Amino acid sequence: MSPPAPVVKDSSMLKQKEMISGNYRRLETAAADGRKVVSTFVPGNLNELIMCFDVLNNLPEINAIQNGLRKKTGGYIMEAEKRGQSEDVCTYVKADLGMIAKGNIGPDGQKLPDPDLLLLSYTGCFTFMKWFELLRDHYGCETAMLHVPYQGDGRITANMIAYVVRQLREEVIPKLERLSGVKFDIDRLRENLARSARAEDDFVWVLETAKLRPSPIDAYFGGVYYIGPIFTAFRGTADAEDYYRLLRAEIAERIAAGQGPVTPAGDMPAERYRLVVEGPPNWTSFRDFWKMFYEDGAVVVASTYTKVGGLYDQGFRHDPAHPLESLAEYCLGCYTNRNLPARIDLIEQYMNDYQADGLLINSIKSCNSFSAGQLLVLREIERRTGKPAAFVESDLVDPRYFSPANIKNRLESYFQMIEQRRAGAAPARAA
Amino acid sequence: MTMRSVAEIIAECQALYDDLDFTAARAWKAEVPGRIVVGYMPFYVPRELIHAAGGLPLGVLGGGDQLEVIQGDAYYQSYICRIPRSTIELGVTGRLDFLDAMLFPSICDVIRNLSGMWKIMFPKTSARYFDVPQNYRDDVGGVFYINELGELREILARLAGAPVTDAALRGAILLYNENRALVREVYAFRAREPWKAPSAEVYLLMRAGMVLPVARHSALMREYLAAAAAADRPRRDNSRVVINGAFCEQPPLNLIKSIELSGCYIVDDDFMLVNRWERADVATEGDPLAALAAAYLHGSVDTAAKYEPDRAHKGAWLIEQVRRSRAEGVIFATPSFCDPALLERPMLQRALAAHGIPCIAFKYAENSGQMQPIREQAGTFADSIKLWSAA
Repeated sequence: MSPPAPVVKDSSMLKQKEMISGNYRRLETAAADGRKVVSTFVPGNLNELIMCFDVLNNLPEINAIQNGLRKKTGGYIMEAEKRGQSEDVCTYVKADLGMIAKGNIGPDGQKLPDPDLLLLSYTGCFTFMKWFELLRDHYGCETAMLHVPYQGDGRITANMIAYVVRQLREEVIPKLERLSGVKFDIDRLRENLARSARAEDDFVWVLETAKLRPSPIDAYFGGVYYIGPIFTAFRGTADAEDYYRLLRAEIAERIAAGQGPVTPAGDMPAERYRLVVEGPPNWTSFRDFWKMFYEDGAVVVASTYTKVGGLYDQGFRHDPAHPLESLAEYCLGCYTNRNLPARIDLIEQYMNDYQADGLLINSIKSCNSFSAGQLLVLREIERRTGKPAAFVESDLVDPRYFSPANIKNRLESYFQMIEQRRAGAAPARAA
Repeated sequence: MTMRSVAEIIAECQALYDDLDFTAARAWKAEVPGRIVVGYMPFYVPRELIHAAGGLPLGVLGGGDQLEVIQGDAYYQSYICRIPRSTIELGVTGRLDFLDAMLFPSICDVIRNLSGMWKIMFPKTSARYFDVPQNYRDDVGGVFYINELGELREILARLAGAPVTDAALRGAILLYNENRALVREVYAFRAREPWKAPSAEVYLLMRAGMVLPVARHSALMREYLAAAAAADRPRRDNSRVVINGAFCEQPPLNLIKSIELSGCYIVDDDFMLVNRWERADVATEGDPLAALAAAYLHGSVDTAAKYEPDRAHKGAWLIEQVRRSRAEGVIFATPSFCDPALLERPMLQRALAAHGIPCIAFKYAENSGQMQPIREQAGTFADSIKLWSAA
């Protein structure tokens, strides 16, 4: 049997890998280096603010994803269930609790430090709140809570912004100051936010290249790499700025060469289907899942998952002129903090702007924030656009809920449906 | 007027519980032109505001085990709890078509997203996600909440066609203070003499409060307290338990009956927190919105949907329930796929263990039909409590 072909990686991917590894190394040596550690979440994260206090940023969601990609989460989830967690609840939470129970060995094989502060900025997902209560129950460390109201009416109100800003001033910043011994410097925050905004410009440029035919990127499977720095511990850093500059240059080259997206198997030869995808990916079989798309020439031209950490393509930028208000607006504006009508409007916009052939929903068993209401999303998008939509089910990091045969079967049927629509076959409901 | 028997009072409550067309609320609305009815889902909304707007707050607590859910299932995957699908079913079958507005409290992601679905599916009904603060400082969460209450007050005024005055709001607070005091009295009575107030009866009595005007419900509770106290009922050697985790999707009535039949007296629960949310009277002086906000921030019960800022306080309310009601154990009865309750449970279990309070756990759905496993589990729990206490 011949060895598997090497996975193709661009320079930007290698840079990001080094950035992530570097952060894990800093976390592993935090105690020795005398650095304090803050655990926090991706949607609504306050990285620019955290950086003002010279503390390190640990992201349990990212640990769960990295462990999922390395196929470690199945055992962690079972460990958490053995210790009393229900089979019904979020598998990110269980993967994290299971990892802690088994010694808190991080994705790269080194022990992660105990957090000095749990910075609970929960945006668009109730489970975050319980997750950090569970972590606090384990670590007994201090918790700073930033409650971000939900956009129930699809808009951000002045009351919401004022509430978040007040919490930043009265709750979050004082706790970070006490923890770090560093006085808050708003000018330092402004500098970080300015770097963020520059990186966000390049990031949006990259996302919008998917409007081209062929698309030079895959905005879901490739997109999860592109969001890495800006959604996590690097937004506001010079490294993130460099990363997006590098990525932009790479994509520009691909456009000039008329190339499609890069995949683990190399350049995608031909673009046959352009899809919008709603919902997070499955991480434990990420490559297998992706392969089911690129083997059939399916490119994801826009995705909602790549907006959970901010809707930059809708015009939002971190604004150094209004630092705390800008952070508040960022937290309030993340994708799953928008109400369902606003989410549907966004998907419809993507379907039109990116000339998609259809919508695919990857419904995640343990993520109600995304999943509850997705069947209405599907109906509405079909009704509004006349394009076919399809539904597959999997999970975030629980390998028990990834059924490759079922998913492949559904995808193949879906691609046939798109072909039929193209051939002019009337939709069944209109017949 | 002759005093009604317990059976007669409970028959009225049962009829209200069984009526998934909400006939009583429809009749109330039809009596006076311009009246509004505002639906709300579990677990908390400030009902005083609706009352002050001349409206009837109507608890929409799912379809129970009598509603056949056909269309509602088409909107949800198999791994989502039951209450949103039966609520959709109530909506698409026209049973809620008389509502002027529907409120979706800040309880979990499923109910949150349902608020947006309602906007799309029932555009003629004003639908609002009702956010509450998870920061309990007056100058932070309190300010936010007073403004949110103000927004709701404006919406209700528009629906009612008249301003919601401070005087009307203070009057409503008085009525609800009285109602909550009676709820507490019923719970205290049951905890004292549970054989005289079986939980299925207490449950139906509280459910009646979800669909009746507040004064009518208060009168009903008074009537029940008098009739139940006068009734001669056999005292059984049951174990005393608190039910926890059922604050949103409601258990079928048969489940409550089964727990008692298996040898447990339910002496406290969290079935309908909305009617006992504020643990003491809401102030009737000063700004009524500020009074409601203060009651929420500083005097409301604990539940999984609320953030607990103090780690040491986690589970304290449940332990207080156990102590106050002299319970001997806790049954975690949780709806399947209920994220808040299921994630909360291990923390509460640890708190109970630290106080030497035994517990068991099982899951249900609002339409669960098979009660034998529940009866066996609860019965075994009751027996084990008796064995331990005899040791």
